[in-house]
Formats: sequence, structure tokens, C-alpha cells
Amino acid sequence: MGVIQIKWQAFIIFLVLFIFVAGVGFWAARWRRGDLTLLDEWGLGGRRFGTWVTWFLLGGDLYTAYTFIAVPALVYGVGAFGFFAVPYTIVLYPIMYIVMPRLWRVCKANNFVTPSDFVKARFDSRSMSLAVAITGILATMPYIALQLVGIQAVLVAMGINSSGILKDLPLFVAFAVLAAYTYTSGLRAPALTAVIKDVLIYATVIVAVIAIPAKLGGFTHIFSVSQGALLAKKGNVILTPKLFGAFSSLALGSAFALLLYPHVITGTLSSKSGRTIERNAALLPLYSVALALLALLGFMALAAGIKTSVSSEVVPLLLLKTLPEWFVGIAFAAIAIGALVPAAIMSIAAANLFSRNIYKEFFNNGATTQQEAKVAKVTSLIVKLGALLFVVVIPLKYAIYLQTLGGIWILQTGPAIIGGLWTRWFHKKALLIGWLVGMAWGTYMAYTLKFASSTYNLRIFGKSELGYAAVYAVVANLVLVVILSAIFNGAKMSNGVDKTSAADYLPDSQIETAANVS
Amino acid sequence: MTEKTKRGYYLLFLIPFIGTLIPPFYSKMNPQLFGLPYFYWYLILWILITGIIGGIVYFLSETKR
Repeated sequence: MGVIQIKWQAFIIFLVLFIFVAGVGFWAARWRRGDLTLLDEWGLGGRRFGTWVTWFLLGGDLYTAYTFIAVPALVYGVGAFGFFAVPYTIVLYPIMYIVMPRLWRVCKANNFVTPSDFVKARFDSRSMSLAVAITGILATMPYIALQLVGIQAVLVAMGINSSGILKDLPLFVAFAVLAAYTYTSGLRAPALTAVIKDVLIYATVIVAVIAIPAKLGGFTHIFSVSQGALLAKKGNVILTPKLFGAFSSLALGSAFALLLYPHVITGTLSSKSGRTIERNAALLPLYSVALALLALLGFMALAAGIKTSVSSEVVPLLLLKTLPEWFVGIAFAAIAIGALVPAAIMSIAAANLFSRNIYKEFFNNGATTQQEAKVAKVTSLIVKLGALLFVVVIPLKYAIYLQTLGGIWILQTGPAIIGGLWTRWFHKKALLIGWLVGMAWGTYMAYTLKFASSTYNLRIFGKSELGYAAVYAVVANLVLVVILSAIFNGAKMSNGVDKTSAADYLPDSQIETAANVS
Repeated sequence: MTEKTKRGYYLLFLIPFIGTLIPPFYSKMNPQLFGLPYFYWYLILWILITGIIGGIVYFLSETKR
């Protein structure tokens, strides 16, 4: 391989947009001014974001750069199965509409910042709260690392960071900028930069799905070439029956898992009201349209004859091959900024968990709110540094493996967090045992798959069924929680005191009705 | 829980699950639309339907309060 040519046109446009976004990130500290020495202001933007800001923030939070790189890459690799991302981001919204406003209300009423805060108060259990915090941090770290992979992919495609000791310098610079403005501006920074990211992403999507198929001879041609290419590597343009269960369980399990990720809960809690979240659950599917159209880029890459074994390079290579270079600069900026937004929210969410539920809870019980915010800010730096080292030092495949594990793990907090919103019948010890078994079995399943896949062939009742390991694990988790709760409650084992009240969960308008009924 | 009976429209949210999580319904090549196999445009259409259902539930819950 010769010296890689730097794509100057693309790079200059990329750089200008990147610098602009960094400026906005720092300026965000002054936007809707609040006391940023308080965790509620730094880490949740003061819980004042209205419909539009929440829409952009959650859009950047749910649909990350990694999604935009990985979903088309999966379609490129296996075909129709990669389209599971679409039913996933469809069923996500009914679940969000039902679950998240309720979580928002109980957190607002009690000043909870993290899901661990809620679990601790609801079930009077420090150990379950710690379990939720650790699971959340563990699941988030590789997710941040993969956002960096998104940035790295576009830098490599532009011929930047190609040689020697300075190989990763551009990535370091990008991340230092991100770390600095997250530190100073908190959640306000990703909220504002998300707006720019979206303008760029939608522009990219619209141009890509019109211009690229036109260039490649239309979708009919794209799909017939793809079918040939996919059959050669055991993929298919249409889902084969043996994958039906895996496809659906992956979609459903991923939807629940996504809503349990700390960064998604943080993004949700920052909105102004439960009603704002409901409105967003109806408006956010617009992003799923963009995702579905981007997923089709996988087929376009097959038809365009893109050949690469590095999955994160599929989309960048396709764009470079089919679009004018200056526009590719815009598209690449969209991907890189699309990585900065969720990476900022993720590091803030992990930092909130550490500060509130580990540092304050176990190391400094008397911490003031200012100390809490300070620790969170510093933690957000450490978390990002950890993710950076991850990408630079450890082979990429481990970040992807851990991301797979993260999805399985985070779903195991579902019975406590989502279940806890509706019932306190679950016994706290049952929840802990269920979580432990779900984590262990889920990890074991992923291990037997060599972490390369998350769909496990479960042999049950003499049949074998391919399904999402996280779903199998959480079903086992939930069954255990129910059985053990029945036993523990029956034996009148102490179950602590609920520090939330029934009215905390209801919209203002229903509190009176509920009071009259009960 | 009398208010629960008044909120039956939340059941509308079951429709997207039925529409999208049973692949035998839609894992087919034909009919195609703009060159897209049925599998793809069917799922994309469901994104829009889900958004509309979300909107309907939102407005129904508006008038009830």
C-alpha cells in the first residue's frame, strides 16, 4: 500500500464544521444560564428542555454515529437481518411513551438524577442500587469507545491519521475538545450541538438516497446485484425463516435495553415534563426513517462494489466513491459530530451514576451538591479518557464484544427499573438474585458465541430456537424475580420502606382522581 | 382504578408490535415499490404508522385531561 492521499477538500470542510461545533459546545455554558456547579444543572440541564431541544437531544442520543456506521455495515455483511434496526426503532416508541414519562415524574418529584437513585428509594436497597449503577457504567464505557470508532473511521477515510507515532493524534485532539466543553457546559453542550448534527445528517441522508441510487442504476439493480453478492456470503436480501425469531427478539430486546441505558435516561430526565416526553415519543420516529434509509446504504455499497473487511469503513468508502468530495466532507462531519453528541451524554450519564450512587453513597455520605457536581465533572473526563485508551490501545474487536455484552447486561436492570415503576411487589432480594443470574447467564451465552454474535441457539423443550441472548437472560431473570418474590413475601421477609409515594408517578391531572378513587 | 378503563386507547400501541415483530407476514420480495422489495418498504411504512399512532394517543390523552 502506498502513501494514503489526504482528501483535502473533504478535510477542510470537515474541519470548519468541527471547529464551529466546538465553539457552540463551549458557548452552550451561557445558554439558558444556570448554576453549573449543581449536578441538576450540569448533568440534567436543569430539567428545563422543551419539546424541540428534547427532540434533538434524544435524536442524537438514540441514533449515534456508531448506529449510522454499524447498521449499514451489518446490512452490507448479512443483508435483510441488519434491518432489525428498523422494527427496533419502531417498537421503541410505544414503550418509551408508556415508560419514560412515568420515570420522569417520579424522578422529578424526588429529585432523582439517575435510575439508581430511583431503585434505591423505591426498593430501599443499596445493593440493588449499586448493581444498577455498575451495570450502567459497564454498559456505557464500550458504547463511548465505539463512538470514537465512528470518528476514527471518517478520519481514516480522509487519509488523516495514517502513520507513525502521531497516528492517533487527530482522535486525541477531537476528544480533548469534546472533554473540555462537556466539562464546562455539561448537558447543554450536546443539546445544542445536536441541532447542527441533525441538519448535517438529514442533508446527508436526503442526498445519499437520491444521488447514490441514481448513480448506481436504481434500487431494482442495486438489490439484484446485492442478492448475488449476499448469497455468496450466506446472507440474503430477504429474511430466511430460521432467522425470524432472532430478528424479532433482537428488535424487541434492543428497544427495551436502549431505554435502560444511562445516557437515554439522562436525556429523558432533562426534559421539562412528562408530556414533553410523550410528545417526543410521537415525533422521534422521524429519525427512524433516516436510519432505515441509511441502512439501505449497505446494499448500495454491495452494488457499488465496495470491498473491505473493516466494517466501519463501508459507509465512508461508499460515500467517497459515489459523491463529490466537498459533500463527503459534510457527511463525514455529520458522522463525527454525531459521535460527539452521544459520547458527551454518555460520559455525563456515567459520571452522574458514579458521583451519586458510588462516590456519595459509599465514600462520602455527607457530600454537598457542589462536591457531587465536581466529582461528576472529573469522572466525565476519566470516563472519556478510559474510552480513548480503549480504542487506541486495545484491538477494536474487544470494544465491539463489550458493546454486545453491554446490551445483554443493561437489559438485566429492566425488572428493577421498569418493573419498579408499576409494582413494589418485587422483593429487593429477589431482584438482586434475578439480576445476578441474568448477568451470569447472559455473559455465558455471549461467551459461548465467542462474543461475535448476540443471538443464541437455546435448546428448550426438545427444540432449538435462535434468539437474542439478552431476551433469554431477562426472561430467566424475571421468572426468578417473580418466584422468589412470592416466596420471600410469603415468608414475610423484610422488604424495607418505599420512599416514593403513589402520587409521584401520576400526571398532576390524575393525582386528584386517584385520591378520590383510593 | 376507574381511570384505567377510560384509557383504553393505549391499546393502540399494541398494533406496531403486531405489525413489525412477526416477519412471516412481510418477509417477501413482492410487490416492490420504487425498486424496494416488500420487506423494506413495508417496515419503513410502519415507522410512519407508529408515529401517527403516537400522535393519536397523544391527542386522545389531551382531551381526557
